[in-house]
Amino acid sequence: MRRFVIGSARNLIESSRQKYQFERSILSSPYRFLSSSPAADSPSSSSSSSSTMAHPVSLNTINPKVIECEYAVRGEIVTLAQKLQEEIQTKPDAHPFEEILYCNIGNPQSLGQQPITFFREVLALCDHPAILDKSETQGLFSADSIERAWQILDQIPGRATGAYSHSQGIKGLRDTIAAGIEARDGFPADPNDIFLTDGASPAVHMMMQLLIRSEKDGILCPIPQYPLYSASIALHGGTLVPYYLDEATGWGLEVSELKKQLETSRSKGITVRALVVINPGNPTGQVLAEENQKAIVEFCKQEGLVLLADEVYQENVYVPEKKFHSFKKVSRSMGYGEKDIALVSFQSVSKGYYGECGKRGGYMEVTGFGADVREQIYKVASVNLCSNISGQILASLVMSPPKVGDESYESYSAERDGILSSLARRAKTLEDAFSKLEGVTCNKAEGAMYLFPRIDLPEKAIKAAEAAKKAPDAYYCQRLLAATGIVFVPGSGFGQVSSWHLAF
Amino acid sequence: MGLKALDYETMNENVKKVQYAVRGELYLRASELQKEGKKIIFTNVGNPQALGQKPLTFPRQVVALCQAPFLLDDPNVGLIFPADAIARAKHYLSLTSGGLGAYSDSRGIPGVRKEVAEFIERRDGYPSDPELIFLTDGASKGVMQILNCIIRGQGDGVLVPVPQYPLYSATISLFGGSLVPYYLEETANWGLDVNNLRESVAQARFKGITVRAMVIINPGNPTGQCLSEANLREILNFCYQENLVLLGDEVYQQNIYQDERPFISSRKVLMDMGPPISKDVQLVSFHTVSKGYWGECGQRGGYFEMTNIPPKTVDEIYKIASISLSPNVPAQIFMGLMVNPLKPGDVSYDQFVRESKGILESLRRRARIMTDGFNSCKNVVCNFTEGAMYSFPQLRLPPKAIEAAKQAGKVPDVFYCLKLLEATGISTVPGSGFGQKEGVFHLRTTILPAEEDMPEIMSSFKKFNDEFMAQYEDNWNRSRM
Repeated sequence: MRRFVIGSARNLIESSRQKYQFERSILSSPYRFLSSSPAADSPSSSSSSSSTMAHPVSLNTINPKVIECEYAVRGEIVTLAQKLQEEIQTKPDAHPFEEILYCNIGNPQSLGQQPITFFREVLALCDHPAILDKSETQGLFSADSIERAWQILDQIPGRATGAYSHSQGIKGLRDTIAAGIEARDGFPADPNDIFLTDGASPAVHMMMQLLIRSEKDGILCPIPQYPLYSASIALHGGTLVPYYLDEATGWGLEVSELKKQLETSRSKGITVRALVVINPGNPTGQVLAEENQKAIVEFCKQEGLVLLADEVYQENVYVPEKKFHSFKKVSRSMGYGEKDIALVSFQSVSKGYYGECGKRGGYMEVTGFGADVREQIYKVASVNLCSNISGQILASLVMSPPKVGDESYESYSAERDGILSSLARRAKTLEDAFSKLEGVTCNKAEGAMYLFPRIDLPEKAIKAAEAAKKAPDAYYCQRLLAATGIVFVPGSGFGQVSSWHLAF
Repeated sequence: MGLKALDYETMNENVKKVQYAVRGELYLRASELQKEGKKIIFTNVGNPQALGQKPLTFPRQVVALCQAPFLLDDPNVGLIFPADAIARAKHYLSLTSGGLGAYSDSRGIPGVRKEVAEFIERRDGYPSDPELIFLTDGASKGVMQILNCIIRGQGDGVLVPVPQYPLYSATISLFGGSLVPYYLEETANWGLDVNNLRESVAQARFKGITVRAMVIINPGNPTGQCLSEANLREILNFCYQENLVLLGDEVYQQNIYQDERPFISSRKVLMDMGPPISKDVQLVSFHTVSKGYWGECGQRGGYFEMTNIPPKTVDEIYKIASISLSPNVPAQIFMGLMVNPLKPGDVSYDQFVRESKGILESLRRRARIMTDGFNSCKNVVCNFTEGAMYSFPQLRLPPKAIEAAKQAGKVPDVFYCLKLLEATGISTVPGSGFGQKEGVFHLRTTILPAEEDMPEIMSSFKKFNDEFMAQYEDNWNRSRM
């Protein structure tokens, strides 16, 4: 098995050099690209015909947007960690730690969190409906999970869970999700507004694809942000317009800051198309106050921006003084309907207390667009046919879990509360521990799954980082990894470069 | 006021250019009619389990157990799950990094990729590297990822067969590239002539397009033809000479209905050709759990395997994959089960073989029934479905019909298919959705309706066709006597 090990600094330099070469060579002949260093990126040293022309799929001939985009969450530090992990496996004494602790990503079940039993019961039955007719099944599964499985299967034509569904997702499941949204918000939801996707991320990509026509189209994104947004915007050739969250006020979001950034980018000729708000925040964890949300909605309405509301952490709120309010609810409570505000709300099965990352389940609720736009969204969704059925089923379960009186309610709520209270405790414990460290300050994690402590690095450290050709926080994270096996993501990976942070 | 941010006029133009007929006008009309209570037979998409094909039992048992691992602790689990399913579930769970609910490696679970590599080696006789195999949420996602890497702008062209599965045309539009068509020859059993290829490339270059890649679909969709080894060699030589990356869509490799041309992978032929070609031609091969006799479309499981792609470029492709975090884990297990099947002696082996053979043999029979049924109509000519899941009959439409279509503002084959739908409930995809020569019309149907329903479906089609022709062709009835 060939392993590939990438020298991180070398890679950074290499890719920028290759990009320069591409830009030069595009001016030469239309179908032969002359690479000045063919050996640098060729599959084997013995190929002769490739020595005078670059292959179609090589670093200096592929789509430059691919080269440009970055995703720190699974970037350099993780590759390094994987390398160290392999080294420990072959030589246990190679490093001063026994295992790698991956704290770079919100992946709860890889760190021991258990799935919700009821959900898994229903999914198992839908995966293998043949056993529903067997009497022994009653002894292995709860009665209400069997009932829910039947209900779901009846909503699937022919009970065929292996068939492509409607491109927006199975209608009956969308009905359930719409009802769940209504129960949560107190305002109706239309199943035809819902697009079930393989996780929330593909839905975000779809919207970026629709919104971005060229680099003149800008998307307002929070800094620090979850780097899916910067990566997606880069991939689709748009411009990220940053707005800065205020660390001093618990990572607060000021509309004045939004206005300022909007004006600045407009003066540079950028057409700002949308505003991304992550609530609860990633990596910052802040939960927006309702008044704040109203101001944001008003801002989007005034400026004609699409509001992209990433609400995947809606069930992760750890402080009693804050509560999650969906932007849909806030908009409707202000009297704003379909004609007033274009809003896309994203939800996922990966977070919350369910933590089902590997299932790739999620949806976007699309409101406030004309029929012709919705047709186009449907069309793009249809090219991929549909999202995975098991993920669709799970999304419907997350939005309509067991209720009081259901057989599984007690065990379900015990599992849910256990997970959520443990998360809240861990957030507090870690926040306190960080705050006690020299040179470190840490905001409270009101929600989501991350802490984003600030580290004040001494001058000598910053110089050492420069010498190693790394951002100071990346340098710190690498040193941390080498000493302890703990994987954090440098704050610069989230866009935060005015001060240094770690995200985990 | 909020509408001005994103309306039809201010949307990405590339999105507007996308066409995907498989779930386009005909399908939408069929869905409307279904809501009104009409019985519809959906033959618009290769979706076997929607037409009654049952899932294979063993993989469903394994995945159900992986889904609910607490079952494995229950002493009674053996009452409804066989021992080999239990063992296999434990095996796959041990390969994950926290069960089905954890993001895996962005390229897919290493242990499963190893199983895929072993499958490829057994199939082709050449070793395969798991590090160059990426699992994806269906093969389509993989195709989109690779085309996104290749297409830099309008100046980049991708050779695509005509007729083609419209994922390719849709994706090229979406990414702002240029589709360079090469025509398959219907009278030569949808064969591929290298001279056609050369001509297409020359024409594209004349227009200033850099031709970067070539797509082959083998077995073909919608055409069903299986490429011969000689044909594959020609294609690989062509790619070598013209510096093209070959994209080998091989998702139907299990669906072969004749014995003259069994499936041979592009990779095997490439390796057989030896150096320098085998070390030079870039190839990306695609496969899926959606087709074959598995038909697990709804799981969204696929992979692509890269050959002769340089390491740093593989890293870039990995980087893009990592933005989506990981492919869905249950489908990765389906993929593992597909490439690492049961062996003689396994408890569930006989049942597995029975189920698989049953499906394949039935598909073979249905391919024949459909081809013959279409050919029995005077104005229809249909090549035999050598592989894949579709029948693509050519419809000879009389001038009056073409005129009527024009009056109705519709392309002639769309007009025909809509009328077919309204009369019989059979929902097909018009040939224009796949591309065809000017003035030649087809429709695509799947061979997937249940075998017992086939005779009725074919006679229903024939009745409609005869009525349609009687309406639009002078002397239709007289000429048939």
